[in-house]
Amino acid sequence: MAITFKGGIHPLECKHLSESKPIEVLPAPDKVFVLVSQHAGAPAKPLVKKGDEVKLGQKIAEAAGFISANIHSPVSGKVVKIEDIPHFAGGLGSAIIIENDGQDALAEELEPHSKWQKLESSEFAKIASKAGIVGMGGAMFPTAVKLSPPKDKKINIVIINGAECEPYLTADHRLMLEYPERIVEGAEMIKYALGAKRLIIAIERNKPDAIKTMIKSAKDKDIEIASLKTKYPQGAEKQLIFALTKYKVPSGGLPFDVGCYVQNVGTAMALRDAVIDGKPLYERVVTVSGTIVNEPKNLLARVGTPLRTLLETSGGTNAPIGKVISGGPMMGLTQWSLDTPVTKGTSGLLVFPPEKAEIGFEKPCISCANCVDVCPMNLIPTQITSAAKFEKFNIAKKLGALDCIECGSCSYICPSNINLLHYIRWAKWEIRQLQRK
Amino acid sequence: MDEKYFVSSSPHIRSGISTKTIMWNVVLALSPAFLGAVYFFGSRAIYLTLVGILGAVLSEAIIQKLSGKKIQINDGSAVITGVLLSFNLPPGVPLWMAFVGSAFGIIFSKQIFGGLGNNPLNPALIGRAFLMASWPVQMTTKWITPRGGSIPGFFTKLDAITGSTPLGILKTHVGEIFANPNSSGEQIEHAHHILSNLYSSIPNMFFGNIGGCLGETSAALIILGGLYLILRKFSDWRITFSYICSALVLGWIFGSPDGLFKMNVLFYAFSGGLMLGAFFMATDMVTSPITPKGRWIFGIGCGILTVIIRRWGGYPEGVSYSILLMNLVVPLIDRHTKPRILGAKEKI
Repeated sequence: MAITFKGGIHPLECKHLSESKPIEVLPAPDKVFVLVSQHAGAPAKPLVKKGDEVKLGQKIAEAAGFISANIHSPVSGKVVKIEDIPHFAGGLGSAIIIENDGQDALAEELEPHSKWQKLESSEFAKIASKAGIVGMGGAMFPTAVKLSPPKDKKINIVIINGAECEPYLTADHRLMLEYPERIVEGAEMIKYALGAKRLIIAIERNKPDAIKTMIKSAKDKDIEIASLKTKYPQGAEKQLIFALTKYKVPSGGLPFDVGCYVQNVGTAMALRDAVIDGKPLYERVVTVSGTIVNEPKNLLARVGTPLRTLLETSGGTNAPIGKVISGGPMMGLTQWSLDTPVTKGTSGLLVFPPEKAEIGFEKPCISCANCVDVCPMNLIPTQITSAAKFEKFNIAKKLGALDCIECGSCSYICPSNINLLHYIRWAKWEIRQLQRK
Repeated sequence: MDEKYFVSSSPHIRSGISTKTIMWNVVLALSPAFLGAVYFFGSRAIYLTLVGILGAVLSEAIIQKLSGKKIQINDGSAVITGVLLSFNLPPGVPLWMAFVGSAFGIIFSKQIFGGLGNNPLNPALIGRAFLMASWPVQMTTKWITPRGGSIPGFFTKLDAITGSTPLGILKTHVGEIFANPNSSGEQIEHAHHILSNLYSSIPNMFFGNIGGCLGETSAALIILGGLYLILRKFSDWRITFSYICSALVLGWIFGSPDGLFKMNVLFYAFSGGLMLGAFFMATDMVTSPITPKGRWIFGIGCGILTVIIRRWGGYPEGVSYSILLMNLVVPLIDRHTKPRILGAKEKI
């Protein structure tokens, strides 16, 4: 029996474009654009002003609240200005613009700890907070918050997510191939910090080389490597937990309600780098791909590098650009400008030609129930969609709209070209508005 | 900024399988049965099918034009209705009946509700029910002896236009004798003789060399097309499987007029329209439930009703009415069979 969940889809993987390309270090650009809102929660509060000299890794914006994250300078140089620039979630967002002096002079604000096993378990959340670590799989949830669960929630199982089920993306795949020891060490830190009993590193079967490498690195350690069936959305938190443990995260609940903790492989590595090297999170691996990209690549890019620079480094495109996506093709966000910078959560930059950009008009629903069959949450997407179309948001709520994980499988499979997820998102938004009142 | 990119909400890729793909694949899956019909009943099969398609497509186009909608006859859904309606006709009916039936189905069962996706009842079956109510004699007597096929005592080579179907024989010639308490021993012996004759022609029923509706006679060719659809996931196996299984189990128990547990299961399966109904009509996406559990219930309901109509109803065959009746309760089934949301404490 393959380890998996019910439902899901099998989109064309398209990972061959970049999976064999080793991670390349992208030189820091002359100017970086560091968004102050690049994590779940409140935007960080800038600590620098125009004209300030900053060093590499210096804290330039401070977490503004419990769910927020610190931001560190990805280069050394001088703050040019703080200005609104294109934001990855659409519209504009405030960014600290720093001119790179090319020195990469280190700030060394964080203390390195070579013997992490001697640290108090509560120290790790503090380090994660200081280093500005957020979930690098795309949700960008502050890791420090996750590492300090409520006292009554005991974490038994730590799952390190290397499923990377989104088509095209290969950043996590390359990380597992090239830095397995660092991932393993970061994973062990999380297990230690939470006092968990089991540590599982979960990888989809379409990455046999990554599974092999991780098994080798986890040898003689109390770590399980799970090979998962290749199916989207295998890497979604609730589906991953169900596949590995058969636990169902309660509706409206979080993984810690079933004693689980899920963290992306890149984040585990970032935590390890913060603890051992005292390195804050200011760079990450980004997959640049798409059939029209001349040389798809996996680039280690500084936060704040414009997407345009990444695309140029990858040889540009051989056809006009129709759509620019930050993230994967299933859950990624379309960009209205290539001036949007890399953030801590940018796992990919995908470029599609115009003919693949437009989805086309929707046709009548023929009740084929494909959306019901693929929904990994067991929802009936077509009924929530109908409820939304008639603006019956209370019905949409009863049908479980808020349980939708927004994986997009329903829209992907719909033969009538209905973007069901779009309607469900709208319903969710309206339901939340109603709840606020 | 001179560049402009397409901005939309995720997901940004699609499976590429459209409604059109599904519909034309259903047409493709019906083609073996069509070729079989041409083989067994001759060129009449071609004319009847074409006229059926013409009636459906033309009426769909006219209604769409009149209501100011975009004409979408190339989506293949009207073609399916036309083919299925023709497949449900005795091969000997006049051609205009195919036209009238499919046009009625399209207009009064599909377009009147708003077109594709909105019809509660299967248009082809409504067309057939309309013809059945309006021209019952033609609809129940215009059977044609297939090429070389015969049931001893009922079909001869010369007997070209009259005759009956296996289920018709079962109902009238056998059923009435057993139902009548005054039947003599001789009559009952005769009925048993007919039954064994019927059972001996099961291979003919399987391959289609038998009297019956145009497209329903060859179980083999229908199963071939139906399995293609199921394997390509264009139709749901749960409905087909539960329909056939429940019909056969109940048919085996109650199906024979001479007592319980006496029906030959293979005869029950391959006579009449069970295969066509279970593979192509009950599985119509628009008029079947969308929940997994609902599909089981729907199929089982069709099976139960089919057996009841065949055994105790006024018609020898109950497939089309049982599907229509179950179509009516689909919204109810869907409402009460919602799957439990992952992680939810109770059902919605």
